[in-house]
Amino acid sequence: MIGDLRLEIEERKNELKTERKILMATQKNTNYKLLFTILLALVLSISMYSFASAQGPAPTDDEVNAIAKKLFCPVCENTPLDVCPTEACRQWREQIRQMLIEGKTEDEIIQYFIDTYGARASGDPPNKIASYLIPVTAIFLGTALLLRALQMWKKPKAAESAIPAGEAKQVHQDEYFNKLEDELKKRK
Amino acid sequence: MIANLGLGILLITFIVTVYSAVTAAASNPKGLARLLRSLPSLRAKRFADELEKLETPQRAASMAESARRAMLLTFPLLTLTSLLLIYLLVNDHYEVKFVYEVTSRSMPTYLKVTAWWGGQAGSLLFWSWLMSAFASLVTLRKWDRDREFLPWVIFVSCVTLAFFVGMTAFFENPFRVFYQTETGVEAHFFPPANSIPFTPEDGRGLNPLLRHPGMIIHPPLLYLGFVSYVIPFAFAIAALITGRTDDRWIRLTRRWSLWAWLFLTFGLVLGGRWAYDVLGWGGYWGWDPVEIAAFMPWLTGTAFLHSVMIQEKRGMLKHWNMLLIILTYDLVIFGTFLTRSGVLSSVHAFAQSAIGPLFFVYIAMTLIVSVALVIYRWGELKSETEMNSLLSRESLFLFNNLLFMSILVVCFWGVIYPLTSELFTGSKVTVGPAFYERANGPLFAGLMFLMGIAPLSAWGHSTLKTLGRAMWLPTIAAVLVTVAIFATYTHNVYALIGFFLVAFVILITLYEYWRGSRARMKIHSENILTAFWNLTARDRRRYGGYIVHISMMLMAIGILGIELFQMETQGTLEVGQQQSIGGYDVVYKDIARFTGPDGREVTRATLSIYRGNEYLGDLHPRIDYYWDSQQSMTIPGQRATMKDDLYILLVNWEPASATGATFKIYVNPLVNWLWMGSLLFLIGIIIAAWPDKDPERVAVRAGKRARQASAAD
Repeated sequence: MIGDLRLEIEERKNELKTERKILMATQKNTNYKLLFTILLALVLSISMYSFASAQGPAPTDDEVNAIAKKLFCPVCENTPLDVCPTEACRQWREQIRQMLIEGKTEDEIIQYFIDTYGARASGDPPNKIASYLIPVTAIFLGTALLLRALQMWKKPKAAESAIPAGEAKQVHQDEYFNKLEDELKKRK
Repeated sequence: MIANLGLGILLITFIVTVYSAVTAAASNPKGLARLLRSLPSLRAKRFADELEKLETPQRAASMAESARRAMLLTFPLLTLTSLLLIYLLVNDHYEVKFVYEVTSRSMPTYLKVTAWWGGQAGSLLFWSWLMSAFASLVTLRKWDRDREFLPWVIFVSCVTLAFFVGMTAFFENPFRVFYQTETGVEAHFFPPANSIPFTPEDGRGLNPLLRHPGMIIHPPLLYLGFVSYVIPFAFAIAALITGRTDDRWIRLTRRWSLWAWLFLTFGLVLGGRWAYDVLGWGGYWGWDPVEIAAFMPWLTGTAFLHSVMIQEKRGMLKHWNMLLIILTYDLVIFGTFLTRSGVLSSVHAFAQSAIGPLFFVYIAMTLIVSVALVIYRWGELKSETEMNSLLSRESLFLFNNLLFMSILVVCFWGVIYPLTSELFTGSKVTVGPAFYERANGPLFAGLMFLMGIAPLSAWGHSTLKTLGRAMWLPTIAAVLVTVAIFATYTHNVYALIGFFLVAFVILITLYEYWRGSRARMKIHSENILTAFWNLTARDRRRYGGYIVHISMMLMAIGILGIELFQMETQGTLEVGQQQSIGGYDVVYKDIARFTGPDGREVTRATLSIYRGNEYLGDLHPRIDYYWDSQQSMTIPGQRATMKDDLYILLVNWEPASATGATFKIYVNPLVNWLWMGSLLFLIGIIIAAWPDKDPERVAVRAGKRARQASAAD
């Protein structure tokens, strides 16, 4: 299902890419496709304009980006939607704008994208427990292990705590450090 | 023709590496026999007896020497292979598939050379070449004192090398040539039946994102870091096999691991700089799996750097150091694996890729064998001393290791979670930056705190009292700094915690310097500068390390700035219109489109920057469109100061309305501290890693000279 969608998206993306290429390469090319695109754009913008005038001011780019930031491009790997340069992503951003005009909230828009393009459209994994609990547990286990090891290391020391102070000093093998410490002590 | 020659030499190299590995292992039948005896099999024991009979010192020495020479041979062989590939790249041999994929006629020559590591096959060859250089360097050193390590170091290096060379030769060969067959154009080593050679007119060209100075230095540095970690690992394994499990292997590889760390760190920073300049999303680090792949060995490498000191000074943590270097080695391979196997895009792509499963098997094998060796030697790796206090330096280092490992766990989990999710539930998820920032933030804060207090604690024993006496002054100063920041800059709690820790670490480190210099000034009656100089020279590792700590804190300032205070806005401007952000006024002046020198189409906007009425200069964000690879690149216009960066992107330029253009404008506070910090880092690490005169070798040389002198008499 998702695979199909992806294929479709990829196809769409490729189409758009070639469209753009044509646009850039031969701007005077009176290609039907081009004409059609321009017509479509015209119709779209007119309809958008009427929408906008009907339902208050159009959302700013910043408002669109604020939501797009929380979404990931469904096509490119790990690219946030607000910075993805592909044509497909521009369309998705336009879709966010459209939904904002329609009065949808941020959560609704994000949910729509998750429903349409799968969980990967959102930067937060859906299963909070698995995504956070496992590393947190591992870290706690590590901490417990370390504390336990420290205890074990300390125990034998407790038994022979009668080591004279002179010997404890010899533990410093860093000669220079000792010297420095001694010098500092002398200073007082 | 040249492609065939390259292929042939590559195959010979593979045979040589395998020969070297096998001979090295066989040159030490006693060691092998001992290993075999530990296996619970009668036949293995009998074979071990046979092996021991074979053992003669002359035979072992000549075999080890043969292995060493074979090892040394790999470097010229791989150099020759690489030169052939570069020749093909530079001279537009588009009949070679690799050349076709990464170069084009319009590219300047230096980019054609760097295209060597721009594609998969070439970058694997590059990896192998660096590896052989490093392994050769190691085998060239004096081995008088460590004869028994030599064969095993060669063995480990050559197994690693054989793996990479084999992969280059058999799966990702850059010397495949195009042939026109009945079914279409295919790439082969040798002409298939009924085919004619096929040469495309022009190549596809290097991905434009890779045509950046940062991208020219960043991969080699990162790979240098990766490859140089193989050497400490090889010594660790040699120590495990030979049973010389004292800290000899650590002392021998100390500088190697420092240099490896230097390359890896700087490679990471340069990668960040490249992303900032080229990727056009206003940042330098996006917690992308590819970035994390290089970051993970850095984490274990940094932990290793600290924990080996405990072994050197206190004879503890021998198991842990072994495990750390094994982990680092496998994370290095894992990093290359992640970026090269296609596993990141999808589990299915991984299954289809030729090299993915191979990498996977190799990582699993090396991990299992190495850990088995550690377990085999477990008893001999016992600590020589005990832990005395929770505040001693060794125990603080342990907590440092714990934090590094925790960050590693978070990163590792973030990278593999989407893969496991796809594998088990079929749905692919994205783990975004929010996850890493939330999970790692407190861990980094903890590391910074430790960085502050650990240098003050003593080996063996410290108490709250001694620590407190050493740190109360800098702590109060750090609090004052934080109060000042609160009053003038920000009320953000996270930022204040961060800035407090930065001030805490820097002040304590400077105070340590000051205490040391003062002591020298008193005792040796030196002036402050000489005292400072001599102090650093006397214990370069320690004071170089302090400089590295300070540099990390400077970087932290940059990271805090951009993470917490970044501002952005986007809008469509008509010529003459202005947009304001963060105290800057940006006026859109005009836009131009022209063809660049290498055939790219440049769309370049001009914007004037004002602060109030003061004119600060023009910025030129642009979009470059590359016809050969049909990709575009968004290059920001930047104005960098220590306070903040103004960073403008030309988001889109519609030909339909020549007057309006959309810009995305970022203000990135303090980010320059990050780059400054990385320069200081270089200084610090070079001070720490600069080779000492080897005292033993100096003695040997002096002895020789004396002998020569006496012979002359």
